[in-house]
Amino acid sequence: MIKSNTNDNLQINGKILKSRFFIGTGKFSNNRNMPDVIHAANASVVTVALRRANQGSHEENILDYIPDDVILMPNTSGARTADEAIRIAHLSKAMGCGSWIKIEVISDNRYLLPDNMETLKASETLVKEGFTVLPYISPDLMTAKRLCDTGVAAVMPFAAPIGSNRGLRTKELVQILIDEIDLPVVVDAGIGKPSEAAECMEMGAAAVLVNTAVATAKDPLKMAQAFSKAVDAGRTAYLAGIGRVLGTISASASSPLTGFLHKEEA
Amino acid sequence: MTTASFLEEKQKYTQLDFKSFFAGITSTDVLRVLNTPHLTRMDFLTLLAPAAQKHLEAMARRSREETIKNFGYTMQLFTPMYIADYCDNLCVYCGFNHNNNINRRCLNMEEIKKEAAAISQTGLKNILVLTGESKKYSPVNYILSAVKVLREYFDSVSIEVYSFSLEDYIRAVKAGVDGMTMFQECYNKDIYKTLHPGGPKANYEYRLDAPERACKAGMRNVNVGALLGLNEWREEAFFTGVHADYLQHKYKEVEIAISTPRIRPCSAGYAPKSIVNDIDLVQYITALRIFMPRAGITLSTREKPDMRNHLVKIGITKISGGVTVAVGGHTKGDDGGQFEISDQRSIGQMAQMLYNEGYQPVYKDWQTLI
Repeated sequence: MIKSNTNDNLQINGKILKSRFFIGTGKFSNNRNMPDVIHAANASVVTVALRRANQGSHEENILDYIPDDVILMPNTSGARTADEAIRIAHLSKAMGCGSWIKIEVISDNRYLLPDNMETLKASETLVKEGFTVLPYISPDLMTAKRLCDTGVAAVMPFAAPIGSNRGLRTKELVQILIDEIDLPVVVDAGIGKPSEAAECMEMGAAAVLVNTAVATAKDPLKMAQAFSKAVDAGRTAYLAGIGRVLGTISASASSPLTGFLHKEEA
Repeated sequence: MTTASFLEEKQKYTQLDFKSFFAGITSTDVLRVLNTPHLTRMDFLTLLAPAAQKHLEAMARRSREETIKNFGYTMQLFTPMYIADYCDNLCVYCGFNHNNNINRRCLNMEEIKKEAAAISQTGLKNILVLTGESKKYSPVNYILSAVKVLREYFDSVSIEVYSFSLEDYIRAVKAGVDGMTMFQECYNKDIYKTLHPGGPKANYEYRLDAPERACKAGMRNVNVGALLGLNEWREEAFFTGVHADYLQHKYKEVEIAISTPRIRPCSAGYAPKSIVNDIDLVQYITALRIFMPRAGITLSTREKPDMRNHLVKIGITKISGGVTVAVGGHTKGDDGGQFEISDQRSIGQMAQMLYNEGYQPVYKDWQTLI
């Protein structure tokens, strides 16, 4: 009987994660619904914009709605430079949000594309300070390599611009990172459908992070479940080894260019 | 190719004949634009055409989709805080007009503290500070001293005051000011001159350049707008959009937002040049959103409650509550102010309305990093 290996937990900085689905929190219609959505997603990591953490407030504090059984990963949304990202990370630590930090440095409010150079600078500093750093980047091999050298815990290339729900538009570039980087690659931003999350996982991504697609669904709870299942399915397919796809070359029955090698000598 | 200033940018449209352009716009043109992913400025103008009003529902649908995609189901709350209403300007439509005989005030730091404490009880973590334009009663140093006091109570402070020099905007940023709002009021220079016959604000170009000076100074958020009703609204709407687009393109690190105020009655007794009805306002807001999916759109209490409740769902991202437009109005009670407001609801009531409409009220969206 063929048995598959069931021990396939993702580890980041020594932490064993219960799932490969990370979820964002910035766009939900009511913070009170978030715990249910997070649990429906079976999410292992939850990212929160520290800019909205409102501690000591008798009003809304997004941090109050993050369940205890997930890893909190504050992000530096709003940072335009490495220096601002570093300061936000320090604020996060001071607020008791732990040592995980998603570096998000965006100096482009038109498309929300990350600034890889500033991200690299911030990552270098924060890794040295003992943070578990997960940088959000444009999928670029050299940036990813340099980030690995700094000691980040994973790299998080985007699939498409934030909030666009356009799917895996950067597929070839993300695949290069998966193939060439010795760290987990977490596809973050732009994934709009569970099938697209599954596609990332089939390619060998370590995890997927989604916010808009869940938060803006008609039924966020159901969509969270759908994503969770898709991530699992995609991972399982990756482990199973995707079957060979027959192309025109493979399917060609004859070998006109090398046939002469097999001709009997006259 | 980016121009050196918005004035130069605006001059590209000197020959634009709005009437002829609008007369040539058909339903087909509007539908083409509505099916275009990224709009040009002329596409934006197409959505401002009278012909586009037949397609308002489709515009509203796309506006809603773009807003949800970019901002989710969240809505920032804010409230204005007037700290001084002495003014050297002669704006014909404004209750603060220098020649208007009103009881003027300028809060001292202790009064500002009390006002801040009262507002912070609502849970708000951001504040918008407003003054009239008086270098004597509310000079830059006074405003920055007020900012210092307000930072004890709020995580983020923005200003809506008179035009600063670049050096003063840099000082403001260093003092912890995150945002500035500057309404050009009227982009048509000839009409602007008649509306602002005296005082520093009479300098059209200096005011027009103020948002760009703020961007250069490193301000995080810059909010522009025209006061609808002072001129033919479509022309003003177009130039507001062009101004915002110009800034967003040139200063990508700055969060650009737009306010869409309609003129309201005030003690100056000014009668609007053009009436901007509800349909017009919805057309403007939805066209703006489709043209600039990432820009903030701010709605004030100049609009009635029912209108504001509906607009939450079709394009705006920031809404005020607990508003008084009088100096010290949060502690001393309201006794008039810059203009009449149409929505008296408190921050708590606004938050409840947002929940009812399926939106998460955001009391805090930034924390000053200095």
